[in-house]
Amino acid sequence: MSIEALPPAAPDRSAVPVLEVEELTVTFTRRGERPTRAVDGVSFSVAAGETIGLVGESGCGKSVTSLAVMGLLPRRGVQVGGSVRFNGAELIGAPDRTLRELRGADMAMVFQDPLSSLNPTVPIGTQVTEVLVEHRDMSGKRAVAEAADLLDRVGIPDPTRRLKEYPHQLSGGMRQRALIAMALACSPRLLIADEPTTALDVTIQAQILELLRELVVDTGTALVMITHDLGVVAGLCDRVHVMYAGKVIETADRHELFARPRQPYTGGLLASVPRLDAGRGTPLTPIRGSARDAIPWAEGCAFAPRCDNAQDDCLTEVAGSTVPLEYDGPGRELRCRHPLTYPRQTPAGAPSSGSTDSGSTSSGSTASGAGR
Amino acid sequence: MTALGDVRRRRIDELAARAGQVPEGEGGVSLTRSAVRRLRRDPVAIAGAVIVVVFLLVAALAPLLAPRDPVTQYLLSEIRPGSIPGPREGFPLGVDNLGRDLLSRLVYGSRQSLLIGFVSTVLGVVVGMALGVLAGGLGGWVDTVVMRFVDILLSIPGLLMAITVSVLLGQNQYALMIAIAVVQVPVFARLLRGSMLAQRGSDYALAARALGVRRGRIVFGHVLPNSLSPVIVQATLSLATAIIEAAALSFLGLGDPDISRPEWGAMLASAQDFLSIRPALAIWPAVCIIVVALGFTLLGERLREALDPKFRR
Repeated sequence: MSIEALPPAAPDRSAVPVLEVEELTVTFTRRGERPTRAVDGVSFSVAAGETIGLVGESGCGKSVTSLAVMGLLPRRGVQVGGSVRFNGAELIGAPDRTLRELRGADMAMVFQDPLSSLNPTVPIGTQVTEVLVEHRDMSGKRAVAEAADLLDRVGIPDPTRRLKEYPHQLSGGMRQRALIAMALACSPRLLIADEPTTALDVTIQAQILELLRELVVDTGTALVMITHDLGVVAGLCDRVHVMYAGKVIETADRHELFARPRQPYTGGLLASVPRLDAGRGTPLTPIRGSARDAIPWAEGCAFAPRCDNAQDDCLTEVAGSTVPLEYDGPGRELRCRHPLTYPRQTPAGAPSSGSTDSGSTSSGSTASGAGR
Repeated sequence: MTALGDVRRRRIDELAARAGQVPEGEGGVSLTRSAVRRLRRDPVAIAGAVIVVVFLLVAALAPLLAPRDPVTQYLLSEIRPGSIPGPREGFPLGVDNLGRDLLSRLVYGSRQSLLIGFVSTVLGVVVGMALGVLAGGLGGWVDTVVMRFVDILLSIPGLLMAITVSVLLGQNQYALMIAIAVVQVPVFARLLRGSMLAQRGSDYALAARALGVRRGRIVFGHVLPNSLSPVIVQATLSLATAIIEAAALSFLGLGDPDISRPEWGAMLASAQDFLSIRPALAIWPAVCIIVVALGFTLLGERLREALDPKFRR
C-alpha cells in the first residue's frame, strides 16, 4: 500500500495523475469451481500526457485489468477489489450510469481487432456519430460534419465518402483509425489501447503508433498501452509495468528497463526478441515452459518454475510473505528474490536491492544472453 | 413429448449458433446483397420463388382468374349419390359434391391459405421477436423466466397446441391465425434470443459499451440487426408450415366456418366422403397445399444457405 509513495517520482510525474489504480484485484468465480484470481494487487498511475505500458504474455491479466478500469467486466461471477480513481473519483462500486457517462467521454478504449470491434451491419458514419450523439448532444448534420472531421484528423482520406461505407469496405489500418477516431470523439483524458496493433501488418502498425504518439503529445491524453510487443513499448511508453500471472513483477522507465532488466522474466522477454544482427541460423532464446506452468503466488514466485535464477527460497514464504514488490532504485520496483545483476549498477540502487538478495544470487547470469 | 421438444430446441439453437459468425473476405459487398446475388444464380431458389410468386398472383387476381363464382351451385341435376360430374365444357376440373366449380374454389382458396399463412407467421414473428429481444437483450432473471416459458410452449406438439388455442378462441378465421401464430412464437423467441446472446458477447458490442453507448441502443442498434438473418430464414420456412397447419386445422373442422371463403384444408375435409367416387376433389387441394409449401421451403432453405457464411464458395 505504501509502495506507491516510496520511490521518489521523476519531476514531470508530480502532476495529479489522471488514473490511479491501487491494489486492483479481479477474481472470477464459477459455481463448482475454485475462484480464479486474474489480477492480483496491481497498482499503477498515469498522468496527463504520459504513456505507460502494461506488458506480459497472453493470460497474464493485462486485458482484464483494462476492462476492470473501464468497468466493463460482467457483474455476475466477477469480484473487483482495490481502488481505481479517475481524476480523484473512485470508480470501483460507482453506479453504472456514472460509469457509462465517463466511458467514451472522459475515458475511452481501443481494442485489438478492428474488424470485429466494428458492427458489420452498420455504416462507419453511424457508429462514429453514435458517440457524438451520446456524449456531446450533437444531432443530424452537425454530428455528421464532426464525424467527418474526426476521420480526417486520424488520417482517413475522403472522410465523407468513408462515413457511408461498411466496415468490410475499409482496410485494416483504416478500420483501426476509425476506431481511434471514435475513441477520440470527445477528447478523453484517458485512452486505454488494448493491443491496438496486433491485428495489423507491420507498416500499418507503425502508422497507428505514430498516430497515438501524436495524440498524446497534442492533447495531453494519458495513454495506457497494453501490449505483448516490446517494440511497441520501446517506441511509445514512458514507464513500463511488466505483468506475470496477475501481478506486476517489474516497473521501470523505458530506458532503464531495456538497458537493465532485473526480473529474470523481463530479461527473458528481451532476450527472446529476434535480432537482425544475430546472424542467420542463430537459434532464438525463448523462456522455457509456458504461462500455464505458473504456480499460485501464495506458494511463492509464480515464475519460479520457468526461471533460471530460481532457488529454494523462491518457493517458500520468507518472513510471512511471498515475493513482495519492492523498491529497486529510483523509479523502479521489482518482485524477485534473485534478480539479474549487472557489474556496474547505479550506486544508489545497489545496496537497497542487495539486502533482499540473500548472498549467493550473483550467479553470473548477466542480462539477456543468459537463457540457454 | 419432451423428446420432441428437445429435438426442436436443439435445432433452433444450432441455427442460432450458426448466425453468430461474421463472414470474412467479402470484398466490398454487403451480406444481404451478396446473398441476393447468389440466390439469383441458384436454380432451386428461382424455382421456389417462381412458385411463390405464381400463387401470390393467383391469390391477388382471383376474381379475374376464376371462371365462375366459387359458391354458386351448378349442375345440381346431375349430382346424385354415387356420381359427381367430372371435367367438362365450362368446368375444367369439374364440380364438387355440392355443384361448385372446383377450379374457381381452388383459385379463391389460395387467398385464404396464403392470408392465414402470412398473417399468422407475421404475428408469430412479432410476438416471438419481442420475447426474444426481452430475453436476449435484458438477460438475467428476465431471460430465465421468458425462456422457461418458451421451453414449456416448445414441449407441446404444434398441432395439439394449435387445436387447443383455436378451441379456446372459438371458430373464426382470426382464431385460426392466432392458433397457428402461437405455435410459431416459441421458435422465433428462442432463435432470436440465442443469436442475440452470441452477438452480445461480440467485440463490437464491447467496443460500443466502452464508448458509453446506452444499453438500449446497443441492443437495438447493434445486436438486433446482426441477429436477424436466422429469423428471416425461419420465417420463410414457417410460412410453409403455417399454410399446412391452417389446412390441417380446417381439415379437422376448426377452420373458418364462413362457407363464402373456400379454403384448401376445408375442401380436403369435405372431399373425404367422396374419395371413392371422385378422388380429384381431394387430390387438387392437396396438390396446391404441397406445391405452395414446397415453394416456400425451397426458397427458405436456399435463403439460409445464401445467408450462411459456411456455404460460401
